[in-house]
Amino acid sequence: MTAQSKEMTAEATSSWLRTLVDLAVPVLAVLTALAIGALVIWASGADVVAAYKGLLEGALGSMRGITETLVLATPYTLAGLAVALGFRCGLFNIGVEGQFYIGALFSVYVGYAVKGLPMLVHVPLALLVGALGGALWGAIPGFLKARLGAHEVINTIMMNYIAVKTVDYLVKNPMRDATSTIPRTPFIERSATLPQLLAPYRLHLGFLIAVAAIFVVYWLLWKTTLGFEIRTVGANPDAAQYAGMSVTRNFVLAMLLSGALAGLAGTSEVLGTNRNLPAAFVSGYGFDSIAIALLAKSHPFGILPAALLWAGLRQGAGLMQVRAAISIDLINIVQALVIVFIAADEIIRWIYRIRRPKEEIREVVFTRGWGR
Amino acid sequence: MTLALETRGCSKAFPGVQACDSISFQLEKGEIHAVLGENGAGKTTLMNIIYGLYDEDEGEVFLNGEEVDIRAPSDAIRRGIGMVHQHFMLIPVFTVAENIMLGMETTKNGLLDEQGAAKQIREFSHQFGLDVDPNAYVKDLPVGIQQRVEIIKALYRKADILILDEPTAVLTPQEAKELFEIMRSLAAQGKSIIFITHKLKEVFAVADRITVLRNGRVVGTTTPGEATEAKLAEMMVGREVILTVDKGPPELGDVVLKVEDLVVLDDRRVQAVDGVSLQVRAGEILGVAGVQGNGQTELVEAITGLRPVLSGEIEILGHDTTHSTPRQIIEAGVAHVPEDRQKHGLVLSYPLVDNLVLSTYYRPPFAHGLLIDNEAVDEFGREVIAEYDVRTPSEYVLAGKLSGGNQQKLIVAREFSRPSELVIAAQPTRGLDVGSIEFIHQRLVEKRDAGSGILLVSVELDEIMSLSDRIAVLYQGKIIDTLPASEATRERLGLLMAGVHKEENK
Repeated sequence: MTAQSKEMTAEATSSWLRTLVDLAVPVLAVLTALAIGALVIWASGADVVAAYKGLLEGALGSMRGITETLVLATPYTLAGLAVALGFRCGLFNIGVEGQFYIGALFSVYVGYAVKGLPMLVHVPLALLVGALGGALWGAIPGFLKARLGAHEVINTIMMNYIAVKTVDYLVKNPMRDATSTIPRTPFIERSATLPQLLAPYRLHLGFLIAVAAIFVVYWLLWKTTLGFEIRTVGANPDAAQYAGMSVTRNFVLAMLLSGALAGLAGTSEVLGTNRNLPAAFVSGYGFDSIAIALLAKSHPFGILPAALLWAGLRQGAGLMQVRAAISIDLINIVQALVIVFIAADEIIRWIYRIRRPKEEIREVVFTRGWGR
Repeated sequence: MTLALETRGCSKAFPGVQACDSISFQLEKGEIHAVLGENGAGKTTLMNIIYGLYDEDEGEVFLNGEEVDIRAPSDAIRRGIGMVHQHFMLIPVFTVAENIMLGMETTKNGLLDEQGAAKQIREFSHQFGLDVDPNAYVKDLPVGIQQRVEIIKALYRKADILILDEPTAVLTPQEAKELFEIMRSLAAQGKSIIFITHKLKEVFAVADRITVLRNGRVVGTTTPGEATEAKLAEMMVGREVILTVDKGPPELGDVVLKVEDLVVLDDRRVQAVDGVSLQVRAGEILGVAGVQGNGQTELVEAITGLRPVLSGEIEILGHDTTHSTPRQIIEAGVAHVPEDRQKHGLVLSYPLVDNLVLSTYYRPPFAHGLLIDNEAVDEFGREVIAEYDVRTPSEYVLAGKLSGGNQQKLIVAREFSRPSELVIAAQPTRGLDVGSIEFIHQRLVEKRDAGSGILLVSVELDEIMSLSDRIAVLYQGKIIDTLPASEATRERLGLLMAGVHKEENK
């Protein structure tokens, strides 16, 4: 046996160990961030135990807490999947926020303007149109990149501004509900509402749609020719081109699918939670979703735990604030630290002495240089 | 004679592999000592230990009889060890003098003392025959001269021991000859040189002694007088190696590739291919020789659809493919072994099985409609891996984990396992060990004998000469001459590669 094949057998047997190590880094990143959060709480003179007990109870301590965490996790999951799908194709879709808004806009219109449909038709229609809106919004920067080599990071950011301001204008003017004192669209029809799963709690069908989307994205990426192409373009665009795949077509396709998922996230917010679109609609899900995709290492199955974590932190923050009299913003610090530790995982590897395999092959390249 | 450098029982292990296993190696003062071995034999690891890039697990390093602990390249440089890497570490937009001063700038009244450096460079030029203009910009210099700059850089840092890592890989035969002269002149004046290579011929041309490594161990140390090429090859590989390729006369068929007046731009929008015309017929191997960077890459990319054609025509198997997509060209029956196996040939983060269907994944039996049939993919992978002798513990190992030779076998397996009538092989054995080269050469000849036309583009003259039926020499984007293999000699090809045509040479 040559030295080299010895090396590879050793590696094959230790591959499960590698997987464990891969999992350890995100988990340790979260724990470390919480530990530093505790230091901050302690330094500001508040009770650390009370604060974290409040956080935990707020997120998971009651039926209401749990269901609300799931309500929050719904858009996080869908939007996180959107970012992860982009990453898999080597694209950094920062435009999830804008695609989210457009999805919300399209679906709320179908929700209130189309009347007299049975629920079995109206709900799928509204979902479909919302996803289409996001897909359209995502495909534009995808097309610009494919055709002109314009970098998607710049263009998706710009598309965010356009989306947010357009929605703001439409909601305050042509789509405004004249009977309301605050600027918002009319409420959607009952037939377009995503049904609650556990009345009287707000948890709605959107959560199940999000979970289903995880499996659909997994299936798409690993079981279909389309996914094979998307992943190949993401892993090595030169090899993809060499093998006869159209790199540019896959850029457009991936942005379109990513936009559709983001649009669906906005749609589920409107059809399941808000039931209208207020001018004061501030999502922020689009940006948090980047964090979630990073935490999940762009794997569909990692998205749900990451989204639940994010939702739990957000949901529990309220009770933490009441119990320990500390600002809700502490959660932002913890979340930011998680991202820092994930992005710069060397820190975590250094603290916990986790060795990086010598020639690690990066499966996902988060973003490439400028141009094609 | 005193030893300039000695390693005693140096070992270095990486997780799962013993890269250096108790290596004892002696470099005498003023000698040229070739270190010969296949890829992965431990040559580079040993040099990195000496140069302070790695810390040895066990063993000692002695310099001039004194035990030393070299912790970083800066340590090595301070102790008089200089290394010329395979990839030059020069800044193209700086002059030779500036590059040489880089990192140890001498100043005069607070300003860079470029004149002093230039003077020193001229002295070296004179002393060792290292002809370089100190004021030239590195980007304007040919590769061979850039290499001299690297050597001067080491000498400027007062190196007494020079490590040259595969220095001839980027040179024409003439440039290599000049390098050998420089090496001899350096050695004659007391410099000690470690010459890393896997090319047998060069060892005989320049080395005083030869140490052969295999699997991290020293197989033996010998001299060019005692050894033969076959003996060294056997030491390197551990078994007898067939160095020559057996092949009969070609049985010519129809024209499978016809290129006419082809003009192609490179990435800087310069005409890299400048009016090339050539033909490949079924059953023959047309070798395209030339020094790296004379338009080979662009020619191959244009034929395979990866690079747009500015003007001219390409016809493959009777179809006009001048503006076809890579997929159309693949489907027409073209196999392509790309020049850069890691950039184009493989997705390193994919398992072997996925790499094997990289261009056929969308067709039955691998896919039915949108759905990929993973079982069919895996089964195909297992068969082909066995057939092409890709050494791997499992077909699910990531391609990036394989050695260069096995990666290349994987690509050859993929390209040759699907029906094709034209094979484009670009640098098919670059950086490979003798065993893999032998394997790939045999497969190319088999493919030719089975009636495929083969366009072989290579910078290795030996490869071109042993495989080709006809040889075209590419120089500055033009085919300067085409000759039958029987008329080609190393000297004649070497002159053509340098742009010297027979008529002009009189």
